[in-house]
Amino acid sequence: MNPSRHLIPRGEGRGLLQRLGIVTAVALAIAGIQFAFSPRASAGMHGFSVALVYSLAISIAIWAAIDPVRYLLRGPLRAEAPGYWPPPGRAVVLVAVGTLAGYTLGTLVGDAWAGRSTLELLQRDQRRFYALLASAAAVSIGFVAYFHQRGHREALEQQAREARLALLQSQLEPHMLFNTLANLRVLIATDAPRAQTMLDHLIGFLRATLAASRSAEHPLRAEFERLGDYLALMQVRMGPRLAVRLDLPASLAGHPVPPLLLQPLVENAIRHGLEPQPEGGHLEVSASLEDGQLRLRVRDSGVGLAPARPGAAGFGLTQVRERLQTRYGAAATLTLEPLSQPPGGTLATLTLPREHP
Amino acid sequence: MTNATALIAEDEPLLAASLRADVAALWPQLQVVATVGDGAQAVEQALRLRPDICFLDIRMPALSGLQAAQALAEDWPADHPFPLLAFVTAYDQYAVQAFEAQAVDYLVKPVQSARLDASLQRLRERLATRRAGPASAEALDATWTQLRALLAAAEPAARAPRLEVIQAQQGALVHLVPVDEVIYFEAADKLVRVVTATRELLVRMSLRDLAAQLDPQRFWQVHRGTLVQARFIATARREDGGKVRLTLRGRPETLVASRLYAHLFRGM
Repeated sequence: MNPSRHLIPRGEGRGLLQRLGIVTAVALAIAGIQFAFSPRASAGMHGFSVALVYSLAISIAIWAAIDPVRYLLRGPLRAEAPGYWPPPGRAVVLVAVGTLAGYTLGTLVGDAWAGRSTLELLQRDQRRFYALLASAAAVSIGFVAYFHQRGHREALEQQAREARLALLQSQLEPHMLFNTLANLRVLIATDAPRAQTMLDHLIGFLRATLAASRSAEHPLRAEFERLGDYLALMQVRMGPRLAVRLDLPASLAGHPVPPLLLQPLVENAIRHGLEPQPEGGHLEVSASLEDGQLRLRVRDSGVGLAPARPGAAGFGLTQVRERLQTRYGAAATLTLEPLSQPPGGTLATLTLPREHP
Repeated sequence: MTNATALIAEDEPLLAASLRADVAALWPQLQVVATVGDGAQAVEQALRLRPDICFLDIRMPALSGLQAAQALAEDWPADHPFPLLAFVTAYDQYAVQAFEAQAVDYLVKPVQSARLDASLQRLRERLATRRAGPASAEALDATWTQLRALLAAAEPAARAPRLEVIQAQQGALVHLVPVDEVIYFEAADKLVRVVTATRELLVRMSLRDLAAQLDPQRFWQVHRGTLVQARFIATARREDGGKVRLTLRGRPETLVASRLYAHLFRGM
């Protein structure tokens, strides 16, 4: 959906009201303090109401001239999601202009209520006038800095949550889940022991998938066991169409890897390589140490790499690359190549730096 | 009345066997004449055995259930009643929405007995109505409209960026052909034949992926294997069995529009 269709972007309204609430609360507190320490505290209720109206009017006017405006003018201000804060130069202009405009408007409202003229104060006592303006500016800059920081933190948390959810969704693919359950339903009636074994694999797979979104790493041994669970489920589903080999040397079994890093590669090999092929084929996952680096390979004898398919940028591959980037930076790579030797197919190779657990 | 016949197309062996057993238990007179594991075999066996009902899994190797249905609609002999189709799916949100919208029979995996029973009951009734008299032209048109809607729903929602030039490789040489000059595209195995007034080239992609990058107002799908640029179609003549024969500007050969796409050619 085109985001500029809404005056305030969807989902931002609540934060806006929340910040208005905080600004109002602080304005009330400032009015209270001002009144308590005012030399003319004797002025009684009227004195308090005057301090209150000035404080509220100026605070809310400055807030209104900055916070909603950065959404309304997000085009010219270049304020973009997430956070909708303009770049520093524009932000300074926004805060300066907003503070001045809000201060002027709020002061006029206060003057109207109190029946005096701050403009006269400017002529009578310039120092006092500028002190007032400077304190208003300081409070407004303080607010902006605080809200900016808060918004930034929330955006980061939001991103992390979305990444976890996307990972989970990609691994708990409903099509796979319901087909597996359908097979299980059949086996319960026809072959109870096999149904039990299949259920155990499903439990292992689900437990690992749910845990993977929370932990940072596990040993290769665990990675291969989870792939084993997944592949056992797929073998029940595909029958003789799927042959599997897992090859993990004992010396590498303890090597740490991000959990279920290989899962999307194995899924791709089945979904895009072997499943479209009526006769099926075989799949091989192996780990080895080469030139001091860890090589993980997923090889299938499927239909091979499809010629660049528009719009179908593999979500699984993108996700693996992002996880490598976060964890290893430029030290890890993922390559995908077609196999020209018969029977053809695809080879995915992950190269990771060697780590000592 | 002879026993009704059915074909089951499902790539997962356990599920195929189980559907077959469940159907046999609920409708003993229904004779399952073939159980196949991929879409291409489904089309081949259905055309050979002419069953009354086809159960088609959506995700299958070679051809999807919907592609198989499309091929059946195009190649089914006109003098034979078109089979009733029941789609089977584990989880295809868009497909299920389309099935609901088009009132098409479908089963969701795991297939539950009560649901299967209700579905078989409906198929029995529809088969009985059909056997009472030959299908009217309107009923057949409705079937094709239904199928077209399902196929449209299965297409990727977001269309790829438009292609302006086709690049066809021949050895070390790459030929560039402006899309506007192409008279028609024709699927040929895993390749697509690109035909202009003066040349013919091959590109290595599927017709489906190519179609997603072309303007559907300009390039009309007239058959599962043919896309024609509308401005090059000279005449369209209706033939027996609902097919339409097209003559072209700039090419001597004719093309066939299948009965699924015959609705494109009607006088204004």
